[in-house]
Amino acid sequence: MSLFRTELRRLSKRRFTRYMTLLGLLVLAAVVVGVFFTNQKIGAEQLARAERQADQQYQDQVRWSEQERSACEQAKKAGTATDGRYPDDCSVITAPPREQIEAEWSLPSTFNFRETFDETLVPFAAILALVGFVVGASFVGAEWSTGGMMNLLLWRPKRLTVLLTKLAALLTGILAVTLPAAVLWFAGFWAVATFRGSTEKMTSGVWQSFVLTGLRGVALVLVLTTIGFALASLGRHTAMALGGVVALMVVGQFGLGILLSMASVKFAEAWLLPTYALAWMTKTVTLQNWDSCNATYYGECKPETMDITWQQSSVLFSIGVVVILGAALWAMRRRDIS
Amino acid sequence: MPAVLEIEGLRKTYKSRRRGTRNALDGFDMRVDAGQVHGFLGPNGSGKTTTLRTLLGLIRPDGGRMTLLGHEVPNALPTVAGQVGAIVESPQFFPHFSARDTLSLLAGAGEVPATRVDEVLELVGLRDRAGERVKTYSLGMKQRLAVASALLKNPKLLILDEPANGLDPGGIREMRTLMRTLAESGMTVVLSSHILGEIQLICDSVTIISLGRRVAFGPVDEVLAQHSSGAVRVRLEAVSDLPAATEALTRAGIRVTGHPDHLMLAGVDKPASVTRLLAEQNLYVSELAPIAVDLESVFLELTATAPVPGQHRQVDESMKVGGTGQPGATAGGWGA
Repeated sequence: MSLFRTELRRLSKRRFTRYMTLLGLLVLAAVVVGVFFTNQKIGAEQLARAERQADQQYQDQVRWSEQERSACEQAKKAGTATDGRYPDDCSVITAPPREQIEAEWSLPSTFNFRETFDETLVPFAAILALVGFVVGASFVGAEWSTGGMMNLLLWRPKRLTVLLTKLAALLTGILAVTLPAAVLWFAGFWAVATFRGSTEKMTSGVWQSFVLTGLRGVALVLVLTTIGFALASLGRHTAMALGGVVALMVVGQFGLGILLSMASVKFAEAWLLPTYALAWMTKTVTLQNWDSCNATYYGECKPETMDITWQQSSVLFSIGVVVILGAALWAMRRRDIS
Repeated sequence: MPAVLEIEGLRKTYKSRRRGTRNALDGFDMRVDAGQVHGFLGPNGSGKTTTLRTLLGLIRPDGGRMTLLGHEVPNALPTVAGQVGAIVESPQFFPHFSARDTLSLLAGAGEVPATRVDEVLELVGLRDRAGERVKTYSLGMKQRLAVASALLKNPKLLILDEPANGLDPGGIREMRTLMRTLAESGMTVVLSSHILGEIQLICDSVTIISLGRRVAFGPVDEVLAQHSSGAVRVRLEAVSDLPAATEALTRAGIRVTGHPDHLMLAGVDKPASVTRLLAEQNLYVSELAPIAVDLESVFLELTATAPVPGQHRQVDESMKVGGTGQPGATAGGWGA
């Protein structure tokens, strides 16, 4: 227990931990503030303005269609070549009916908590997962590269206990930041919806769904933190984790994406990790193959689809964590420390 | 005296596809008795640090036995780690923490009372700079901090790898005094160092390692005696008597080298026999001085690392001994 408390102290004392956490929280705050200022509450005044704008658009359309129709008729009379600019029958150039120009299109952006909040949990999880990854990698990587790990092992020779206690302290620290941040995120967007949108139709089922998505986000943060920690421990340097991720993203993801696209592979996104992270957060990601055509009873042509589910993502992430953390533990146990 | 540290037949082999096989430790033996200050000497790359790392569980040995404070290691390391303070090679600390933070975190991990931190900072002379970040420290200050971290546990056995590295002359003297004080308080100290004059001054016994094997060990004076050549310098009352003295001594089987004002004798067991022999020939000695060897010359001789003009010795070019029973051994070893 003393080692756990000490590691928690070490984590919170590190400047990198403090700065990265602060940076991550500032970015999250900036997102909330940005959403607040780019949304408005819809009232009678906004509806009336939208109605006026729709009327204006309709009038513009009428004026434009009349101009075009008369130009068309003149061109027909003069027998001037129009290069297909006008139809054969100029009378078909008409303005759309007024009811097709909806006032809703002219409404300002508004934040509907029920419809939009779960989308915001994706960037929330992504930003904190990134913070967790680099803090986790740096926490153990710097210990290895500065000799701190060796010093610690002279005091506590049980290697696996030391590494796992460090990981437990790291995850506790990340959780201590993520959970309050999640509460503030909910509260922040509730405030945005209250003052710049709507909080209507919030049933207990919707709340439950949001909480579950939030918990999946927290789990994603912990998984990425663990992977950053394990990669840095495996390479005994922070750069191992950061370099590994850059290599994976640039070569493994962008490169692979381009290659699969060039080879016209069906559902190329199914080979890319971000798809699984998104599926984990949104429960399902539906991929579409636009080169195929599934005819419907109504004669429509629908593309072939493939669903990536959060269950598939959970299997992939579980295997990833087990393999990478397992390798780090094996290396910790077996490799000489010099 | 009970052994605090015993090593027998320790082996560590590094295998590389490109560089082949290298025996860093090749059946190495060592014994340190309780309450001693023990010097651990060897040229660069001889296996000193590998031995210490292996002993402390940082490196997995390929063979041999080791005990610390009577417990077999590495299995019993969790039991004895709290009683063994160690610094291995150059001091390494997280550069952005202060000395006090560094020691406080170690004390927390080792369940040592926080009050001990200030005690050791005082002991190594870092009290007034304890709040500064380690990255601002000189090498000597980092070395002091490393010694402080090793002393934090108030250990029964203190293992220090090159503790005088980077210390100023005053610091070296303070370190020497500290080592003696610690030994007098009952702590056993193992010192690895290249400053052989220091080792000779403060150590009770030494182990010399070369290419992964022990080449000499025992109390310092015995090691020196074993490797003194029995050389004696003789001066006579009259320089004109030197040729006669040379003839008399040579007849008695003593190897003599003549110099303008004195003779150098080799292979003399008892210097008194020289005075008696010369007196019988009415040749009277004005000075008879056994030539003392120091640890440095013994070290250079045993490890074959003395510089040779015009040659550039490579790191691994040092003495390889034939077996464990090499000449010069005076005591020690597993069960000795």
